[in-house]
Order: sequence, then structure tokens, then C-alpha cells
Amino acid sequence: MKVIKNIRDKIRPHFAPGGKYEKLHRVWEAFDTFLFVPEKTTTGGSHIRDAVDLKRTMVYVIIALIPPLLVGIWNTGQQYYQAVGIDPTIQEAFVFGFMRVLPIIIVSYAAGLATEFLFAVIHNKEVNEGFLVSGMLVVLILPATMPLWMVAAANIFAVIIGKEIFGGTGMNVVNPALLSRAFILFGYPAYLSGEVYTYTKVQEGHQLVDGYSGVTPLSLVAEGQTEALPSDFNMFIGNMPGVIGETSFAAIMLGGLFLAITGVGSLRIMLSVFAGGIFMAGLFNILALNEYMMIPIHQHLLLGAFAFGAVYMATDPVTAAQTGKGKYIYGFMIGVITIIIRVVNPGFPGGVMIAILFMNVFAPLIDHYVVEANIKRRLKRLKHNQAILKK
Amino acid sequence: MSENTNNNKEPLFSYKNKKLLSNPIGKNNPITIQVLGICSVLAVTVQLKPSFVLAIAVVSVMGLSNVIISLLRKTIPPRIRIIVQLTVIASLVIIVDQVLKAALYDVSRQLSIFVGLIITNCIIMGRLEGFALYNKPWPSFLDGIGNAAGYGAVLLAVGFIRELFGSGTIMNQQVVPAFLYEIGYENNGLFILPPMAMIAVGIMIWIQRYRDPELIDVS
Repeated sequence: MKVIKNIRDKIRPHFAPGGKYEKLHRVWEAFDTFLFVPEKTTTGGSHIRDAVDLKRTMVYVIIALIPPLLVGIWNTGQQYYQAVGIDPTIQEAFVFGFMRVLPIIIVSYAAGLATEFLFAVIHNKEVNEGFLVSGMLVVLILPATMPLWMVAAANIFAVIIGKEIFGGTGMNVVNPALLSRAFILFGYPAYLSGEVYTYTKVQEGHQLVDGYSGVTPLSLVAEGQTEALPSDFNMFIGNMPGVIGETSFAAIMLGGLFLAITGVGSLRIMLSVFAGGIFMAGLFNILALNEYMMIPIHQHLLLGAFAFGAVYMATDPVTAAQTGKGKYIYGFMIGVITIIIRVVNPGFPGGVMIAILFMNVFAPLIDHYVVEANIKRRLKRLKHNQAILKK
Repeated sequence: MSENTNNNKEPLFSYKNKKLLSNPIGKNNPITIQVLGICSVLAVTVQLKPSFVLAIAVVSVMGLSNVIISLLRKTIPPRIRIIVQLTVIASLVIIVDQVLKAALYDVSRQLSIFVGLIITNCIIMGRLEGFALYNKPWPSFLDGIGNAAGYGAVLLAVGFIRELFGSGTIMNQQVVPAFLYEIGYENNGLFILPPMAMIAVGIMIWIQRYRDPELIDVS
């Protein structure tokens, strides 16, 4: 740490106003405050500042994302080896998956951060590190087979249209990571259709197992083959085809627990998304018009990205509802809409991401009515009390 | 006629008249500034050709209807002016529609209802109400052409972007080279969908206001 600090003190004047690289001052600042505690001191009013600033909050989310990422990397290898009919050791699977996932992570961060730094330098604003989390989330909601240039294009689109247009981190209406997935979903639907999620460019000496399809469980159910689902245990630990981060319910719950304990992610939203999902799945179970409607409730929660969306996507503090009651409504509706899209809409096998984008747009409206209702209730109480006092 | 003889004769392309023509293309664009006529921008701009044809159609309808209403402006009773305007526009649109069907049947099929819907294009009614009713034929003509050109310019720009990225073609000619497809490039399906037209127009509005800050609080 001492060494880094010495280097930092040495090159620092170049970036200060008047220095050689004055224009890159904001870039310098971004890295500086990432590595060291910001030196800003308050000038007036309150003098107590929480050490947990935006950057540190983001780091908490990154920590929470580690379990699904690790399981996702392992699973990418695991699925490949299953496709070629080999039973790999955990290490083999992990190494294979790592070679597939690492490029996606690098490209995702490079494209998104480059755009963000560019805007910060042009507008001479502080670089917002919201993309630190978005960049990782994007990787976790894309399959390992995604062409890298699409990841880059989607991230650039999402940062500009989803964030910079509205004024940067904290101003966005919809979740940038989801926007970049939506860009790919509508722009290049063939790559997110749920049928090409396993890396099937076979290496030398390997051969695909006869009749291997690699269809995700969600697509299987959508086609009515409910009996072909993986076992509940496999779905729980994440041994099934799917996008990188979504498969393992167990790992996601671990991350969710961390988010809930540190208070970074809202437990209310997580729970109400699950409540909404259970409610709607139960309702379909009662209706039972086709096979999809009859799959057990717990399988709905294990399938696809339901848990991932509930824990990491719906709880994004910027785009979610802010009020207490609003959070319940917001989460519940996400759960309900997700299951409706899954079961009723034949176009998209998975619905969580679309449901969350949809509710992102409605979050301010929900908040507005919750606040209005609160004002009305208190006015009523005030009038009531005044009436009593007059008597 | 008395008006003409009384005033000092104004040159055909005086500064004022030039402004009538150029303002709507840039600083007072009907789409990016007044945000009128958005519906057809979203609907017909999947490819450049229909956008181009619709732009031409709107230019001719708007120029002529402005002239006609301007000529009639003293005889139209104010109470029924809207219906008169509508009749004039509708007649012109029918002529344009028939010409399209005779000369460019494919494109007219592609444009389908949107030729007919030129009648309800807010820009045309707006210019008749706001300009042609109170001005002489020549300035009215320029105003009509200018506004239609401003509309057409946006239409063409959006059509160009959407066809290039959505289908890899321009005017149905392949422009994205084949080797790009071989190394993995693909056309973006999002550009075929109408929402992309809205995003494209939004970005145009953004860029225009970024370059010219005095426009920022106009609307």
C-alpha cells in the first residue's frame, strides 16, 4: 500500500488543474477515490460522513455477486463437458468456464467504462462508478456463447441511452444492465432464445453427444416438455443450461443474504418478488389449463433467472420504488408479471428481466401514489384531532 | 393585388423569405423542436425508400395546400375554416395517393395507410392555421416547403440509420460488405422495430440541443 501511495503522490500533480494531463483530471479522480478514501471534508452543516460512500456500496454488491459468478463459471464448463459426454472434475470445469467467461467480463467492463469515462471527461463531471456493478450484472445475465462485439455494443447503448441521457448514475429510470440485455434480446434474438446457451464449438478430440440439444429448462417447459426438467437438486445448485449467473439458486441466496445483512439490497423487495411469484404460480396451479400452468410452485422459483432478478436486479436502489409500501407493491408486481410472461407469452421463455424493466418504469408512479395516500391519511387525522380539540 | 402595389416590392428571396425556408429545417424543426408529426416518423422509416417517397409526398401536399389556402384566405369564413382546410388537404392527398399507385405501386403498398394519414399530419394543419391563413401565397409556399423539408430531413435521417443497421442495406442495395457478416456481424433487429425510431429521434433532439443551447428551454 505504501508503494502505491508513493507513486500516487508523485504523479498526482500532473492531473491537478494546470498540470500536464489536466483534461484527464476526472479519470484520475475516479481511480484515486477508488483506491483511497476521498479527501473531501465537509465545509458546513453536518460534519459526520459515513465512510461507506457510493464506491464502497458498489463494492458490497460486487462481493455479493461473487458466489453466482463462481458457480456460473463452473457451470459453463460443466455444461460443455456434459454436452460432449465427459464427466469433468470441478477444477477442469472451472478452468474451461473461466476461459469462456473472462473475455466477456473484460469486454463488458471495457466498453461500458470507456463510454462512461468519455462522458465524464467531456462534461468535466465526476466519474460515476455505477458501471462497476452494471458491468458485472450484464455478464451474469448473458449466456457464455454471446459474441463479444454484441456485449460491447449493448453496453455502449445501455450506458448512453440508459444512463448518460438522464444525467448519469443515480438518475437513470431503468436498470442499465437490463437495458443492455433488452438491446440484445430485441436486436439479436437468436442469441438469447434459450437454445444456444451451452458452448458447443467442440474442441479437438471431443464430440457432441448424440441428440444433445442444450435447451434451457425454461424453453423446455415453454415447449410443454415438463417431464424433461433437471432434478430439483440440480436446479438448486445450478447444474443446468442457462445464462452465466442465473442457474444456481443456492449461490444467489448466499449473495442475497449478504446484501440483506449489509442493508445494500432491500429485503422487502426480495421477499415481495418471491411472494408475487408464489402467488401467481399458485393461481396458475389452480387454473391448470395447460401443462405449463401445472408445474409446481417451487420449480417456478428455481427455473430461469427468477431468483437472480429478485435478488440483484429488482433491488437496484436507483430504479426500484423508494417508499416502504411502494417497495412491497413494486416487488409483488415483478413476481406476478414474471410468471405471467413465462406461462402466457409464447414469445419469450424468460420473463424476469422484462418484468423488472416494466416495473422500473412504474416505480415513480407507485411512489407518487404511496406518498399522496400518506398525506391524505395524515390530513384526515389532523382534521379529526382538531375536531376533537374544538369540542 | 392592392397589397403588392402599395408595398415596396420585396425580392422573391429576401432575407425574411429565406428564413421562412431555412428555419424549419434547423432551428424550428417541426419534429425535433415542435415534436409534431411523430407518428409517421415511427411508422414508415424502416427503410429509406418509403421515407423518401413520403417526404416528397408531404412536401408537395404541404406546398400546394399552403398556396391554395393562402389564396382563399380572404374568402374563407372563419367559422368553417378548419373544414375548408381539411377539404383542400384531403383533395391533394387523394391526388398524391393516386399518382403513387400509378407510378410506384410497391412503395404505395408499403406506405399503405400512411399516405392517407398525411391528412391528419399535425404539421400541415398547424402551418395552415398558423401561417397560410394570414400570409401571402409566396411566403406561404416557402413556409410550407420549408416545414415539409424539415420533416422530410428527419424522416430521411431516421430511415437511413434504421435501414443501415436493421437490414444492412440502403435503398435496397446491400452496403454492409459480406466479409463483415462472415466474421460475425449481424443486422440488429431492434432497428426494425418502431421504438428504435423514437430513440433515434430522441438522440437527434439531444444532439441538436447540445450544439445549440439556446434551444434548450423552447419546449
